[in-house]
Amino acid sequence: MAVALVLVLVVVGSVLFHLLSPWWWTPIASNWSYIDNTIIITFWITGVVFSAVVLFMAYCVFRFRHRDGNRAAYEPENKRLESWLTIVTAVGVTALLVPGLFVWSRFVNVPSDATDVEVVGQQWQWSFRLPGKDGKLGTSDTRDVTSDNPLGVIASDPNGQDDVVVEAADLHLPVGKPVKMLLRSIDVLHDFYVPEFRAKMDMIPGSVTYFWFTPTKTGTFQVLCAELCGQGHPLMHGVVMVDTQQDYLAWLGQQQTFAQLSAPQQTGSADQAPGKTTASGLNIAAKLETVGSR
Amino acid sequence: MVDITPADGIPPAEVAEVELYHPHSWWTKYVFSQDAKVIAIQYSATATGIGLVALVLSWLMRLQLGFPGTFDFITPEAYYQFITMHGMIMVIYLLTALFLGGFGNYLIPLMVGARDMVFPYVNMLSYWIYLLAVLVLVSSFFAPGGPTGAGWTLYPPQAIMSGTPGGQDWGIILMLSSLILFIIGFTMGGLNYVVTVLQGRTRGMTMMRLPLTVWGIFTATVMALLAFPALFVACVMMLLDRALGTSFFMPAISEMGEQLQHNGGSPILFQHLFWFFGHPEVYIVALPAFGIVSDLISTHARKNIFGYRMMVWAIVGIGALSFVVWAHHMYVSGMDPYFGFFFATTTLIIAVPTAIKVYNWVLTLWRGDIHLTVPMLFALAFIVTFVNGGLTGLFLGNVVVDVPLSDTMFVVAHFHMVMGVAPILVVFGAIYHWYPKVTGRMLDEMLGRFHFWVTFLGAYLIFFPMHYLGLMGVPRRYAELTDMTIMTESAHHLNSFISIMAFIVGFAQMVFLFNLIWSIRHGREAGGNPWRATTLEWQTPHTPPTHGNFGKDLPIVYRWPYDYSVPGAKEDFIPQNMPGTFGPSREPA
Repeated sequence: MAVALVLVLVVVGSVLFHLLSPWWWTPIASNWSYIDNTIIITFWITGVVFSAVVLFMAYCVFRFRHRDGNRAAYEPENKRLESWLTIVTAVGVTALLVPGLFVWSRFVNVPSDATDVEVVGQQWQWSFRLPGKDGKLGTSDTRDVTSDNPLGVIASDPNGQDDVVVEAADLHLPVGKPVKMLLRSIDVLHDFYVPEFRAKMDMIPGSVTYFWFTPTKTGTFQVLCAELCGQGHPLMHGVVMVDTQQDYLAWLGQQQTFAQLSAPQQTGSADQAPGKTTASGLNIAAKLETVGSR
Repeated sequence: MVDITPADGIPPAEVAEVELYHPHSWWTKYVFSQDAKVIAIQYSATATGIGLVALVLSWLMRLQLGFPGTFDFITPEAYYQFITMHGMIMVIYLLTALFLGGFGNYLIPLMVGARDMVFPYVNMLSYWIYLLAVLVLVSSFFAPGGPTGAGWTLYPPQAIMSGTPGGQDWGIILMLSSLILFIIGFTMGGLNYVVTVLQGRTRGMTMMRLPLTVWGIFTATVMALLAFPALFVACVMMLLDRALGTSFFMPAISEMGEQLQHNGGSPILFQHLFWFFGHPEVYIVALPAFGIVSDLISTHARKNIFGYRMMVWAIVGIGALSFVVWAHHMYVSGMDPYFGFFFATTTLIIAVPTAIKVYNWVLTLWRGDIHLTVPMLFALAFIVTFVNGGLTGLFLGNVVVDVPLSDTMFVVAHFHMVMGVAPILVVFGAIYHWYPKVTGRMLDEMLGRFHFWVTFLGAYLIFFPMHYLGLMGVPRRYAELTDMTIMTESAHHLNSFISIMAFIVGFAQMVFLFNLIWSIRHGREAGGNPWRATTLEWQTPHTPPTHGNFGKDLPIVYRWPYDYSVPGAKEDFIPQNMPGTFGPSREPA
């Protein structure tokens, strides 16, 4: 029977595709291998259920296909069977939910030794702020954003003066140290997403959101915006470089603090900040011009 | 299991029949018609027309994703307008309108044994306001700046800002106005469907003798009446933010170096309102499909639906639970992450009644007498795609697994499989099933089989591999996939393959449209009950049913709708309006 055969092929094809196709997740570079493990558990349970249901259907279609003289059975209900299936399903669902919630509790509870790192999104680039020697980020307000103070750091807050400001350039993080990413936006919704870290969170203007992770591998990782934020959304890329402690400190030494950037002679230095994010930001601005002139 | 005599419990007619409104001219018969059957055709034709626009939009976006840089006219701006309008049209103006306005209008009165909807005039208004909503939506394509490109979720603040297409032009205003109109129109129709099911049933048609199609549409309508108001107020509030400068959803914003005149609003409030509507909306589309597919499977497997009462309670239970799961669309929205524990739990609980429905469909096939008609093929394909899409929902509903997968192509693949492909396969199955009742002729079988195989296998080949792009981390809503370090060369090839499949599947729909039109005149004559089905719509004295549906006397219902292959009965089906006992009937009490 063609139909039964196709149903079997759908199952076999799907399983083979899953096992053999070259498209799979990127090598993980953070502590969230728990998440990968939960996904694997989910693949197993759902894969077994999918195969079982569709193969059972294929069997029914083959075995109970219409032939002359056939007559269906008459069985409106079977309480025992229905109860059993309900219980088995509930057990399967619990087996997914419990590890999921367990990992989620780790995800939402930030370890006390995590360092704050602020990410600020705007159309269509990423900026960053690191606490200075005091270990504290100064408060901020979107209404304080100006060209000299692109992140809206409140100048009267002494905690903010020594904050390291990285405008529209790459972020560096030391490997093996937990970081709490504090996420902020000065215009629209964005979402800070690095596929290799397995974590993401929306940024909401007027709020500070967060997630935490520990980078486990040195290297260069692409930041993607994962919340549609206007026409420049697909080009809102950034870069996170995970360094050894030594390289990280070298990089940190070259960065400027909020106080340095606010000093009169330093105005305009932000315009020279290098990095591909700025370049793509400009491309987008140019694209918008042409779009607007149509 | 209770043995009961089916002839029991026929109440006397409590209320004398009310005289129907009778049309006096061609205009009031076919255009400004108050007959639910005509309104159903009007709804279906309009929904199909606007659905074709959505199909073309999907081709345009697949052109861009499959062959980036090849088509200059698809700017990022245009791409976002395409995805926004595609999504909005498919969810609201096609699926909701077709299932409730189309199938609901046609099937509810016929299946419950009523002459028409309870409020025919309001029913007519419902369609015309829906048409107006569609026209307003279409007008945004011709407005300065074009339609909105905010994504179908219309999240503020970007939806009403200049960085989003249509945000500071007419696009978003027309979109919100169209939605407001749609909801007004829907409310008129929806109240009608609910009151007709509750008050318009014929003698003997108890609630537990309703076909599952009616249960699905009825529950979905009740849900829509409760859910749409949340979208309504969200639209009004955003319209005020955009037009009058209020700050319901708008915090202080520095846009491109300029401070906007907003302060203190909450973007995430909109998301809560949107998804309080948006999640029930998924089931507003799914429940009618669940109901219809139950009847298709039962009829074409010549077997009673397995576990009817369980099926009814699963529909009602899913409907109720769907109001407490909305924030699973917002796990990474920045809301308090502790909400995740609650919403992941409720979301996974909903998997239990849903799974029960799947078991009962496949157990209906078990020991059946399966006729592989075109409607049955579509029903089988529905089960495959729905199970697939439902199971990937267990990934996304489980809060921590959602974190890497949210906002990626995995989500796109999931919701297309579960609320795009699966319900639309039911729509097709339902059209092949009821077309003979609507027109008196069968749709062409060969074309139908061609349409089925290309649509089912093609859609599966589009959306199954797409999950793996999401697993790789490819984000959704990217107009350009250039400079993506995570994407391998082969991933781009996979995108091209998906696009080609999308064109093929789209082409098959043209064959279907041809079949629909050609068969009106050239199809094989169907007779009144070609599928030998039990429900009342197949027992009408005329096919197509005339004004008033049932001729002089309304049918009296003696049994549940699933008396197929009853032991001792001569035929393998006993219509609901057939009195008398045939062996040991075992209708669940």
